[in-house]
Amino acid sequence: MNNEVKQTQVNGINLHVVETNKYKTNTIVLHIKSPLVKETVTNRALLPYILQNGTERFPSRQEIRSYLDELYGATLSVDVGKKGENQILSFRMDVSNENFLRDKSPLLEEAIKLLADIILRPSLEAGVFKPQVVENEKRNLKQQIQSIFDDKLRYANMRVTEEMCKDEPYGLNVWGYEAEIDEITREALYEQYTTMLKNDSFDLFVVGDVNNDEINQMVQNHFTFDNDRKPNSVQNDRQPKTDIVKENVVFEEQDVKQGKLHIGFRTNTTFNDDDYFAMQMFNGIFGGFSHSKLFINVREKASLAYYASSRYESHKGILMVMSGIEFSKYDQAVSIIKEQLESMQNGDFTDQEIAQTKAVLKNQLLETIDVAKGHVELLYHNSIASKSRSINDWLTGIENVNKEEIVKVAEKIQLDTIYFLKGKEE
Amino acid sequence: MGKIIFEQLNETLYHETLENGLEVYILPKQGFNKTYATFTTKYGSVDNHFVPIGEKEALKVPDGIAHFLEHKMFEDEEGDVFQLFSKQGASANAFTSFTRTAYLFSSTSEVEKNLHTLLDFVQHPYFTEESVEKEKGIIGQEITMYDDNPDWRVYFGVIENMYENHPVKIDIAGTVASIDKITKDLLYTCYETFYHPKNMVLFVVGALEPDPIIKLIKENQGKKTFKEMGDIKRIFDSEPFEVAKKKEVLRMSVHTPKCLVGFKEKNPNRQGSELLKHELAINTLLDIMLGQSSNNYEQLYNEGLIDNSFSFDYSAELGFGFSIIGGDTKKPDQLVASLEKLIESFVNTPLDKKVVDRAIKKKIGAFMRSLNSPEFIANQFTRYQFNEMNLFDVIETLEELTIDELEQKMKEHFDPKLFTVCQVLPK
Repeated sequence: MNNEVKQTQVNGINLHVVETNKYKTNTIVLHIKSPLVKETVTNRALLPYILQNGTERFPSRQEIRSYLDELYGATLSVDVGKKGENQILSFRMDVSNENFLRDKSPLLEEAIKLLADIILRPSLEAGVFKPQVVENEKRNLKQQIQSIFDDKLRYANMRVTEEMCKDEPYGLNVWGYEAEIDEITREALYEQYTTMLKNDSFDLFVVGDVNNDEINQMVQNHFTFDNDRKPNSVQNDRQPKTDIVKENVVFEEQDVKQGKLHIGFRTNTTFNDDDYFAMQMFNGIFGGFSHSKLFINVREKASLAYYASSRYESHKGILMVMSGIEFSKYDQAVSIIKEQLESMQNGDFTDQEIAQTKAVLKNQLLETIDVAKGHVELLYHNSIASKSRSINDWLTGIENVNKEEIVKVAEKIQLDTIYFLKGKEE
Repeated sequence: MGKIIFEQLNETLYHETLENGLEVYILPKQGFNKTYATFTTKYGSVDNHFVPIGEKEALKVPDGIAHFLEHKMFEDEEGDVFQLFSKQGASANAFTSFTRTAYLFSSTSEVEKNLHTLLDFVQHPYFTEESVEKEKGIIGQEITMYDDNPDWRVYFGVIENMYENHPVKIDIAGTVASIDKITKDLLYTCYETFYHPKNMVLFVVGALEPDPIIKLIKENQGKKTFKEMGDIKRIFDSEPFEVAKKKEVLRMSVHTPKCLVGFKEKNPNRQGSELLKHELAINTLLDIMLGQSSNNYEQLYNEGLIDNSFSFDYSAELGFGFSIIGGDTKKPDQLVASLEKLIESFVNTPLDKKVVDRAIKKKIGAFMRSLNSPEFIANQFTRYQFNEMNLFDVIETLEELTIDELEQKMKEHFDPKLFTVCQVLPK
């Protein structure tokens, strides 16, 4: 098993290469990071979608797509995400390893070259992005934003975050705001793009049956920036711990059949902290798995829900609980969930629950790195945080957590916001 | 134990049919941490009318019972099987489709224990009236969750439009009313009929040595006895050729309308290599017609009729099949009109060899990518096996597709008489 990661700096890009022969394809991921800012969030969300619409060599979206098909169906997808208080623009490619094909023409360098073209050599008109492309992608982004409303689970998740982090960058929607889209000009977008090239942090990952030296050479040759890059290391300030005086309770009504209960907690523990592993253990015992307290008590014992789970966002230090319930079961569900937190704080969990959770957390980690894109996401945590943890650090970190440490992190957790999406009163 | 080597792909598959009839497949995957196993019965939501084992009369069971049974298998006298798997560092799950119910785990340690647990819990039914009643609350919420999901509703809506009688039109989980009729005894009847080893496939893939694994499986199975079992008699009412309904509109709490169109399969009785070729051909045609590199996609996109959610797929099983096309759109009726027009013109235009070759290359690449995933291999191999096809024949079959065959299939499949539309519009 070879999970070693080779890291270098090439042309101002942090390059991460994982050499492994377990896949039949090679994976390339580029993450571009900058702090979440209200004024630029919508513009930036448009950029990856615009960039995939044409390069100097392949001036239209259709020509790029045809070329990808030629490369034995190489895939290219773009995305916008949130990690802590950062907005991440992502470009992901996956290309067959020609060793498994009858046709042995090399594919990987072509893919890297295409990605570099997409980022650095976009197709332009009068020095800015093409009008038709910008119009199409504005329309697309509007529908993307609306689709959150249409998926009630995602909607409730966005709303609880918004309500909980009203005055913090983390409360911003990474897709931006529909009302701002029409006003965006091509010039403003192009300016945003040049700022991105100059100031944002670039992390490029290549995973597969590859050679690190060759990859370094390819990146050196193809990712050529016109000017020196000066990645901005500015981070949004970490908010000092504030005591939550009163729970914030928000009810919203829509024409739906199932209530969506989302509860946001402040854990006051992040990826950079020493008690990070204890927090992972807390989340595992509390709500991360199907042996966890939330699943057992909300679903199995009380039959209130099909799902009841918790998720820990480690860079911001927020824990979200979510469950889909009948409207009339709100009080019962909230009180069961609160009881589970109290029982964690009181140390009311067994050595067996601890052992179980360690086993599944370790299993989850090892399974994650079996998937190339999973491995990349795991490695990217280190780039986001100011702390670097290897797979082995992670495995030992989990193994060494004891009960007292879990109780300690549990005691730091505070309920901040309860959000409930329910049906309209008849 | 039989052994098949796929040289080009650098994979070796081991196979054995056990004395009790169980088909076992083992695929070692070097370099992976995990082992993934699925234990699947050829029994899904469409099998709602059958002659129970040892009986003479056919029985019609409540909608959603195969899925309900899947939920209840996780409980035994000791309690919850999830607990046992997680003690052994595994994550376990299950799913029910139209034609299969699969139980699975993945783990990076204690693989042998987990395999025993998988075989033992699926081969040990334990239902009580009380636990059946309790499950109704949980599954009721699962059904309500899907009721609120517009993507799910529009997808099942278009299938429902196609079929007059075939149970593929029934939601896999049933309804709150139908599951209320499920009893402990009905669950046992379904279990006894469909969970015989002769009706099941075990697939194990991952970081493993095949010999000790097959030995363990044989020992485990050798200790158990099963009733004699003939062929299962399933009953399906005859299904008209035409679609049941040309259009359906659902009103939900959405901002952007959703629109799917479908073509009902004309000849849903293909199996084996004939089905494999047909399925790959229709999917290749869909890609040529509407894939991101096609002129049609470009046009629909520039006209603002589709966005990034646009997709298409063809799938078929014994007795039913369909292609489904669509996504989110601001102009659902205009999208339908454009699709009808462009499909008609596509079907009447000869295929371009260059474009066909490119589409086949793309399909081969996509297949290679899917072989990175132990989950895909186990689940799809089993599905192919139940339809008498072999997953590892995909590349060869793709390479053998001819333009003549594709042209003949596109004329047959994209028939306006078999076309139907389902839309979700804002309330």
